[in-house]
Amino acid sequence: MNEPEPAGDRSTATEGLDAHLVVDRGDFRLDLRLHVAPGETVALLGPNGAGKTTALRALAGLQILTDGHIALNGENLDQPGTRGAQRPRWVPPEHRRIGVVFQDYLLFPHLNAIDNVAFGPRRRGTGRAEARALAAGWLDRVGLGEFGKRRPGQLSGGQAQRVALARALATDPALLLLDEPLAALDARTRLDTRVELHRHLAVHAGAAVLVTHDPVDALMLADRLVVVEEGRAVQEGDAEAVTARPRTDYIARLVGLNLYRGTASGTTVRLASGAALTTGEALEGEAFAAFSPSAVALFREEPDGSPRNTWRATVSGVHRHGDHLRVQLDGPLRTAADVTPAAAAHLGLEPGQTVWAAVKATEIRAYPA
Amino acid sequence: MPAKQTRQRPPRRTRRRRRIPAALLVPAVAGLAFLILPLAGLLARAPWTELPSRLAEPDILAALRLSLITATAATALSLLFGVPIAWLLARGDFPGRGLLRALVTVPLVLPPVVGGVALLLVFGRNGIIGAWLYERFDITIPFTTTAVILAMTFVSMPFLIVSVEGALRGADARFEEAAATLGAGRWTVFTHVTLPMIAPGVLAGAVLCWARALGEFGATITFAGNFPGRTQTMPLAVYLALQSDLEAAIVLSLILLAVSVAVLASLRDRWTGAVA
Repeated sequence: MNEPEPAGDRSTATEGLDAHLVVDRGDFRLDLRLHVAPGETVALLGPNGAGKTTALRALAGLQILTDGHIALNGENLDQPGTRGAQRPRWVPPEHRRIGVVFQDYLLFPHLNAIDNVAFGPRRRGTGRAEARALAAGWLDRVGLGEFGKRRPGQLSGGQAQRVALARALATDPALLLLDEPLAALDARTRLDTRVELHRHLAVHAGAAVLVTHDPVDALMLADRLVVVEEGRAVQEGDAEAVTARPRTDYIARLVGLNLYRGTASGTTVRLASGAALTTGEALEGEAFAAFSPSAVALFREEPDGSPRNTWRATVSGVHRHGDHLRVQLDGPLRTAADVTPAAAAHLGLEPGQTVWAAVKATEIRAYPA
Repeated sequence: MPAKQTRQRPPRRTRRRRRIPAALLVPAVAGLAFLILPLAGLLARAPWTELPSRLAEPDILAALRLSLITATAATALSLLFGVPIAWLLARGDFPGRGLLRALVTVPLVLPPVVGGVALLLVFGRNGIIGAWLYERFDITIPFTTTAVILAMTFVSMPFLIVSVEGALRGADARFEEAAATLGAGRWTVFTHVTLPMIAPGVLAGAVLCWARALGEFGATITFAGNFPGRTQTMPLAVYLALQSDLEAAIVLSLILLAVSVAVLASLRDRWTGAVA
C-alpha cells in the first residue's frame, strides 16, 4: 500500500527496520523478529502483557536488549554483543532517528502545542524560528493550525493525539512507533482519529510499528500484522491472511469479523477479487466492509427474496467455536460463518459441500479506508 | 445574607447535635490563643507614633538590608547546590542513597548552635578548610558576611532539598523518556522538561528556604558573630535590642513579622493558583 519513497534521502533507500528483540525480565522473555520496510506499517497485535510495549521501548532505546540486535537503515542501534565476534553497541534514544507516539501522548504540559511539536526539531539543531515554522506546518497538516497556542490541558483527547503524532513526525523519523495510539479516545473520536492516522501513516516515508490490542486498529492501520502472545510472534501476515485462518483462540476471538477492503461506490463495495458487497451505508472511494460471522446465513438452495448479498460458496472447514460452529467458506469471498449445531446438522455441512451464503446489507458495515 | 437565613432555619435539636465536642473545641481555642496572642501583643505594644522615625534609624535599616541580602544569597546557593542534590536523591541509582538522604536532612533536626560550632571547626582558622584558605589565599571566613551566608545555607538548604526531591518523585519520569526520543540529551531533558515541570515545587522550596534563612539565629551568632552592618542580621538585632531598648526590639520584630506574612501570602497565592 505505502510505496517506499524514491526520494533522495540515503537512509530511506532500502532497508528500513531489521530487528531481533530479546529482552529477559524475570520470568518473562520477549523474543521477536521484526522486519519493516520503509513506508510499511506493521502492527504488533496481542493481549496485555504479551510484550508489545516492551518491544516498542526496546526499539526506542528506553529498554536495553538482552540479546539480538536492532538495525535501522543499516545502522546498528542496539547489539549486546553476546555472540563473541560482535562489538557491543548501544545508541541512546536521543541519537536514534525514531519518533514515538505514547499511549497517553505525554505532551509536555508546560509547553503549548507549537512548542511541543517544535521540541524535536529544536533538539536536533533547527533554529528557533525555523522549528516553530516547521511545527506550525505540522499542526496545519493534522488539522490543528489554529490550536498552536493551546497548552495540552486545553486540548481534547483527539486533538492531543494529533499533536502527539505531529510531534513524533516533525523530526522526520526513519521509524515511527505508536503505542496504543487510539486507546485513550472515546468511540466517536476514535473513528475519526483512526481515519486521520491512517492518512498520515500512508504518506509517512519511514517504517512504522504500531502496538495495539484492538484488532480493528490493527487491521485498518497496518499493512501487516504480527500477532504477539507471551513474548513471541504467533502469527504474521496481512489482514486477510490473519482474519481468514486464526491459528489461536486469541486471534479467533480478536478478529471475530469478516473484513474486506475494496472500492466503494454508493452502497456497493467492489473488492480486489472482483466480488461486490452491498452495504447498509453509502460511501465513496477506498473502503472497508466488515460483518460478523454470525451475520452469515447458510442455505442448501438459493434463497429467494430479501438478502442483497447471496453467493455460492464451498465449505472448506467446520470447527467448533464456543457454543456454535464456525464454517469456513471458499468462493468469491473467503468468509467465516457461525451456525448453530442444529442448523449445521440440518444442512449436513461438510468440507467440499456447496452452499448458498447470504448476508443482509444492513449487517455489513462499510467505512473509509 | 441568605447564608444567615438558612442557618437560622433548622430546628434546635439538629443544631445541638452538630455542635463541636467540647473536648476538641476547648484545646483548639486555647491553642489558637497561644499562637495568636503573642502576635497581637506585639501589635498592641508597638510604638506606632514613633514607628516612621524608628524605621529610618540607620542600625535598623542596615540590619534589614543585611538580612535580605544574606537570606537571598543563601537561597541562591541552596538552589545552585540543592537542586542537583535533590535530583541525585530522586533519580540517581547508586549505593548509599538512603544514607545520603539521612545525612542531608540532619541540619533539619540539628540545633542551629551546634551547626554553627561545626561550621567553625571546618571553616575556622584552625579548621580543615579554614586553615588552608587562610594560608593559601589569606582568606578568613568566620565573623564575616560570608559566614552569615554559609550559616544560613547550612540550616536552610535541607528545606529546599526535601521540597524539590518530593516534586521530582511526584513528576512522571515518562515525560523525560518522551523528551529523549525527541533528541534531548540528559542535561537538556533536565533543563527543558524536568525543571519546568517541577517549577512549583522548586519555588515553594525556595520560599521555605528563604524564610528559614531570614529567621536564622543560632548558627549565625556562633559562626559569624554579631557585628552591626557586617554580620548583625534582623534576628540578632532583635535579640541585642531586647537587652537595652524594648521598643526597638518591637519595631524590628514587626518588620520581620510583616516580611513573613508577605511571603506566606505570596506562597498561598502560588499554591492556590497551581491547584486551579
